[in-house]
Amino acid sequence: MNVTTAIQAATRAFAIGGPILELDSISLRFGGVKALTNISFNICEHEIRAIIGPNGAGKSSMINVINGIYTPQEGEVRFRGERLGAMTPQRAARMGISRTFQNIALFKRMSVLDNIMAGRTLQTRATFLDVAFRTPRSRREELESREKAEEIIEFLEIEDVRKTQVAKLPYGLQKRVELGRALAAEPKLLLLDEPMAGMNVEEKQDMCRFILDVNENYGTTIVLIEHDMGVVMDISDRVVVLDYGKKIGDGPPEEVKRNQEVIDAYLGVAH
Amino acid sequence: MIDTVELLFFLEVLIGGLLAGVMYSLVALGFVLIYKASRVFNFAQGAMVFFAVLSFVGFMELGLPFWAAFLVTVALMILVGMTTERLVLRQLVNQSDQTLLMATIGLAFVFEGMGQLIWGVEVRRLDLGIPDVPLEWVLDSTGMFISALDISAGVVAAVMVTVLAILFSKTKIGLGLRAVADGHAAAMSIGIPLKSIWMIVWATAGVVALVAGMMWGARNGVQFALVWLALKAWPVLIIGGFTSVPGVIVAGLMVGAIEKVAEVYIGPAFGGGIEGWAPYMMAVVFLMFRPEGLFGERMIRRV
Amino acid sequence: MIYRQAGQFRTSYAADSRAIPFREDRVALALILIAAYFVIPFTASDYWLSVILVPWLALSLVATGQNILMGYAGQHSLGSAGFMAVGAFACYNLMLRIDGMPFLVALILSGVIAALVGVVFGLPSLRVRGIYLAVATLAAQFFIVWVIDKFGWFTNYDTSGIITTQRMEIFGYRFTTPAEQYLIVLGIVTALTWLADNMARGRTGRNWMAVRDMDVAAEVMGLSLLRTKLQAFAISSFYCGVGGALFAYAFLRSVEPTAFDIYLSFRVMFMAIIGGLATTIGPFLGAAFILLMPVFLNTTFQGLFGAAVDATIISALEQVIFGVAIILFMIFEPLGLARLLQIAQDRLRQWPFKY
Repeated sequence: MNVTTAIQAATRAFAIGGPILELDSISLRFGGVKALTNISFNICEHEIRAIIGPNGAGKSSMINVINGIYTPQEGEVRFRGERLGAMTPQRAARMGISRTFQNIALFKRMSVLDNIMAGRTLQTRATFLDVAFRTPRSRREELESREKAEEIIEFLEIEDVRKTQVAKLPYGLQKRVELGRALAAEPKLLLLDEPMAGMNVEEKQDMCRFILDVNENYGTTIVLIEHDMGVVMDISDRVVVLDYGKKIGDGPPEEVKRNQEVIDAYLGVAH
Repeated sequence: MIDTVELLFFLEVLIGGLLAGVMYSLVALGFVLIYKASRVFNFAQGAMVFFAVLSFVGFMELGLPFWAAFLVTVALMILVGMTTERLVLRQLVNQSDQTLLMATIGLAFVFEGMGQLIWGVEVRRLDLGIPDVPLEWVLDSTGMFISALDISAGVVAAVMVTVLAILFSKTKIGLGLRAVADGHAAAMSIGIPLKSIWMIVWATAGVVALVAGMMWGARNGVQFALVWLALKAWPVLIIGGFTSVPGVIVAGLMVGAIEKVAEVYIGPAFGGGIEGWAPYMMAVVFLMFRPEGLFGERMIRRV
Repeated sequence: MIYRQAGQFRTSYAADSRAIPFREDRVALALILIAAYFVIPFTASDYWLSVILVPWLALSLVATGQNILMGYAGQHSLGSAGFMAVGAFACYNLMLRIDGMPFLVALILSGVIAALVGVVFGLPSLRVRGIYLAVATLAAQFFIVWVIDKFGWFTNYDTSGIITTQRMEIFGYRFTTPAEQYLIVLGIVTALTWLADNMARGRTGRNWMAVRDMDVAAEVMGLSLLRTKLQAFAISSFYCGVGGALFAYAFLRSVEPTAFDIYLSFRVMFMAIIGGLATTIGPFLGAAFILLMPVFLNTTFQGLFGAAVDATIISALEQVIFGVAIILFMIFEPLGLARLLQIAQDRLRQWPFKY
């Protein structure tokens, strides 16, 4: 796996840059339950950043804070140095943050193509009147969206199901379509919540390849939550480790792997 | 100092409203039963009320004495409830809420149409043998117009609610029902007979519908309009919460009282008829501020 | 071998995303339109034109509005008749109170007014969904009809509360005969259906469906739930309003507010559902089914029992049959008549040689 990392570093088209997203002392509570406590870390441009931790560690909550689904009670989020007050999912999307969900959140009754084209809603401007009267603007945008969507479909190798309703697709393909929909928005920052959960080895390998390719081809910064340690160590540049809503490790995979606290959290010790 | 006569009139209006509210609660109760056990929004509950009381009156007109007619109708409603569950709802297990709602709207049409096909369409009087004239002792002591029928409706409703509450909390059926409400698969996995629970629930809802219909029919006559009156159980459900028995009872009383008071005091300014929409507007306003209902818990959105 | 799928290649994305992908279907639609515009007006009886076809077209338009809201945007609504009433009475008052108001302008404006009212009653959709929203739209239904009924201004202080619609006149030409009125309704319905179909298949429709299928994901993509839902409410109500005005002007002619009762709302909803939600043709099929059912029952009964069958019996039976039809559709084909039509077409495409 070190070989992979080495090759990656050597051939990288987009060199890792400075921090684009900084999380500063984030705390999040639901009623009396503390989901996240005083968490700070940053995400650098073009890197693949993993968030790991045992079940209930607060990983998904962390992603939900980043894209504004949850508002933390304390702490602040800075995107490209700009301090963000109340973040909303919409604002996050406008700033170029896309995401996938732990439990697939596709538009079930729409086709693969429509799902991916729907992902481009912020890239299109046509009003309902444009669309209704098929104005040149609407037709041009529709064609552009279609071309972009086809590009993604080709990249994800799902050409043969492009007109299929997503509800009818197997789980692994649905995960892929969801990635496609997130990519359609041409994100700067891509949040992947367990993109490989429930997949077999082969499917995982495919997904790893897609993630690395996205990072490689478009320079997209990626934050991913993953349980499979092998995968995490393989593809990520830096890792944040959460346990019971607290940060217990942060750094390159090799370093994190040697961290005693992390080992305890994963193997379990008497607290 | 408020005028005593005015105060008494207000109280009278209020009590009239509360009693109408009891009826709404009764209809809503049948709904809650079914919703708790199967997550089905039974739009047809109102139509079941109409069908039940129409059948009851029909049996009486055929010459059956009161109790015989009552028992026959109870039996009929149990049968209707169980058949409906078996033929319609069981075919629709795991369908979307929308599909289920549509199917029960279809059911409502079937009940309404069947009732009229079997028993005819004319308005009928229903005489329960309880006089609907002001009780003299109440009139003498307070000057308010309240009839024995009003009071018995209140008592019957209270008894129904108590019986159902005991059924829910103390019996084995109730325990099973609550388990089913929590999750079908989990309930089945520990051996709760899901299908029998559903049948029991639909049968019970049928009987509740009959009682509600008898109370209502005795006051307003047995007629098609009952169906639209029963539609007011919906705002009651919204305000009370779809799964809360105490919720819908409080909400029913609230809706009944407020709509009557509004009709009497504000209505004349607009030529009346506020009752027709006031409960729905109340529900909308309520939704804007407390979408989870009176006693419901706020949901945390999980992603 | 009516259908041939083979040999029809789509060589551009534009060709691949057209409304009707198969040549045979396009020809069929063209033939139907030609018949509708050039044959039916001259051959159909006045009874068929003004008692069947005109209300069918008008209600199909209303059902299209219902379909936009329910089928595409996934928002329950039981208030379509209320918005029809807004359209009908707005049109009446615009024509009445503004001198020289052209009918077409009044019609569009009444749709816009209905849209504004729709937005107001769509506001609860931001907080609640499903059944809760359905109850909120019931408020619209009852409140709107009550307002129009109780405030004399809307009915021009007519003592019986009934309005008589003005003549339909476009560019100085008065549409008075059944065939002329049919044509004007047909023209408006064709145009609005074309627009609705464009919206449904384009960006607008995708946004609606995104909100319908998974609102959290739609929000995360940057879609404003507020704007998308209210837009659906507005456009849906526009269609209901225009449809209501056409229903009043070309069919009812003397109109009382209570004609737009909740029973009509239910019928419109059934049209949308039985026809097939989230399809363009569905509302038309559904409206035909719901409107023709009573006609069919009537003739059948007259054939079976002679002339005298009590109208109330017929209407009760009609209710039972509607109810059963809805239940059967929900159990066996929740996607409605449009889906059945599609299945038939697929079979035809393979007939007589399955390959």
